[in-house]
Amino acid sequence: MISLDQLFNTFDTGNGFWNPLLWVIAFVVIFLILYIIIGMGNNAYKKGTSQTQAFLSGNPESEKEAMHVKSSNLYWGWTESMKWIIDALKSMHTGNVGDYILWFVVFMGVLLLFVGLI
Amino acid sequence: MNIMDILVTHGPALLVAIPLLGAFLTPLISKVNDKVRNLFVICTIGITGIILLLVAQQVFDSGPITYVFGSNLNMVQKDTVIRILFEIDALSIFMAFISIILAFAASIYSWGFLGKETGQDKYYTLLLLMTTGMLGMVLTGDLFNFFVFIEITSIASAALIAFWTNKVKAVEAGFKYIFVSTIGALFILFALALLYGQYDALNIAKLADNITFSYLDKIALILFISALAMKGGIVPMHMWLPDAYGRAPASVSLVLVGATQASLYGVFRVLFTLYGNVITLPQISFGWILILLGLLTMLVGVIMAMIQTEFKRLIAYGAVAELGYMFLGVGTGLTIIANPDVALSAAPFAFEAMKGGIFHIINDALDVGLLFMVAGAVYYATKETSLNNLGGLARNMKYTTIFFIIGLFAISGLPPMNGFASKLLIYESTYQLNPILSIIAILSSIMLLAVFVKIFQSVFLGPKMKKFEHVTEAPKSMLLAMGIIAAIIIFFGLFPDLIITHLVEPAANALIHPEQYLQWLTGGI
Repeated sequence: MISLDQLFNTFDTGNGFWNPLLWVIAFVVIFLILYIIIGMGNNAYKKGTSQTQAFLSGNPESEKEAMHVKSSNLYWGWTESMKWIIDALKSMHTGNVGDYILWFVVFMGVLLLFVGLI
Repeated sequence: MNIMDILVTHGPALLVAIPLLGAFLTPLISKVNDKVRNLFVICTIGITGIILLLVAQQVFDSGPITYVFGSNLNMVQKDTVIRILFEIDALSIFMAFISIILAFAASIYSWGFLGKETGQDKYYTLLLLMTTGMLGMVLTGDLFNFFVFIEITSIASAALIAFWTNKVKAVEAGFKYIFVSTIGALFILFALALLYGQYDALNIAKLADNITFSYLDKIALILFISALAMKGGIVPMHMWLPDAYGRAPASVSLVLVGATQASLYGVFRVLFTLYGNVITLPQISFGWILILLGLLTMLVGVIMAMIQTEFKRLIAYGAVAELGYMFLGVGTGLTIIANPDVALSAAPFAFEAMKGGIFHIINDALDVGLLFMVAGAVYYATKETSLNNLGGLARNMKYTTIFFIIGLFAISGLPPMNGFASKLLIYESTYQLNPILSIIAILSSIMLLAVFVKIFQSVFLGPKMKKFEHVTEAPKSMLLAMGIIAAIIIFFGLFPDLIITHLVEPAANALIHPEQYLQWLTGGI
């Protein structure tokens, strides 16, 4: 049977320790403090007024649904800067099962070289 | 002998026999009633799980179990093991737990997910066959048996991947999977033939005791590692994995994670047990091979995940990246063990690295499994798979959103979820060997977080869409299955020491002490 002591034991990682329960308690305390700070803020929000409309450099706001940022548009900058590696990886993923086996053969060949058999 | 004694004594055989028998009975029970059949399948896997607990108790109390099929008498004749046997150590138990948890969750999830589909009798039969195959792979002590169970798993998996036969891409993915699996299995057969030709044995313990690391042994090792790594989805042989995971029904993708990991178990079993006596020779450096493969798998997986726009395909690439952590952890352990003089300052961290790598196997299975189930729930509710066409679903699917957040935290290694504990062990121990390794591992984790935040933003956040106005929460059985896995994730995350002490450490010990596996042979039967 597992005792409570065992259950709540601090996990020794060899170089340090990790106790998730302490972390959760700390997280809750910080959350409460933040909640109190937010509660002390200026309560001037008026729902349904122009205050709640997005300001798009004076342009009219599009329909809400059209404003949703699509998956393809996320991380655009990162994708552009990494284009060279992404293109190389894409060309590797041909979807052709013959190529899958080719990679297997290449891998085996490299391992054979590594172990010094060829 | 009462029923309990029989269950304990014949537990190893029953672990495979019950799901196998259940698979054969499922089409018959389907004729009675669909609900009875679903319950039967859930109970079959549940009972197998209970027997696994009994066997696990035995293994943890008294060491590895050897279960001989037929008779214990005259087992070794003329220096040859003539019977088939199961050999179950803590690593086998650890892997069997993963298979059972995933299969159990999948059987519950399928009730709602495939409720309106035809061909469910075949589906559940194949699901039980796949479970049988996975369990057999991790329990057997015989190489030819291992090959047979790989084949059972592969055939059942391929049929399940192509379950939606009206979808061309699903059938194509099933074909690709069986093609790749068959090639891999043939190379495994070739490798074990090389060993059989030399040592006149197929028993793993017997072979491990005799292996000399001859020229043919080296070739066999490379064939084993290559074939099993391909079945395990290690880069650059991972390309079948996004096809298969992405096109299979979500419940099948969940169990496929277990099948993939059973292949990785094969890599570790071959390296540490079959070649255990010779693999730690410093001149071989197989640890570094595992490390390099781990880094490559992490980086390629996460970069490819970043550019995907199909929900399940993206998770599949995330799953590829996660596999890299296991290789990194275990590889670091092996490198330090093999070169204690070179990595003197890191020596105390060899075991921690092994623990991290092994703990991450179960964490990955749970995290990726949960995310696949969430993807399935979204597909069930919207019939959409493209992230570009989804949005605002947190308003309609509150519980599914919560489960996704749990999965997101867990797979990205954020505290206090399970993924953090295993990744922390890997970061710290790899840092001792070479800080660059842990920097790459942390970078990959950050990118994984970005990848899954992308899904969260695309699928769950944003304004309510008109086309999804009538979307409702997933059926209760699907929520229950997701809830079970999410609960295990949280439990593992909050009490990592308990899991590591009772489940992971014995498994890591079993890997680095192959002599325990050979005990029945060297100490007599």
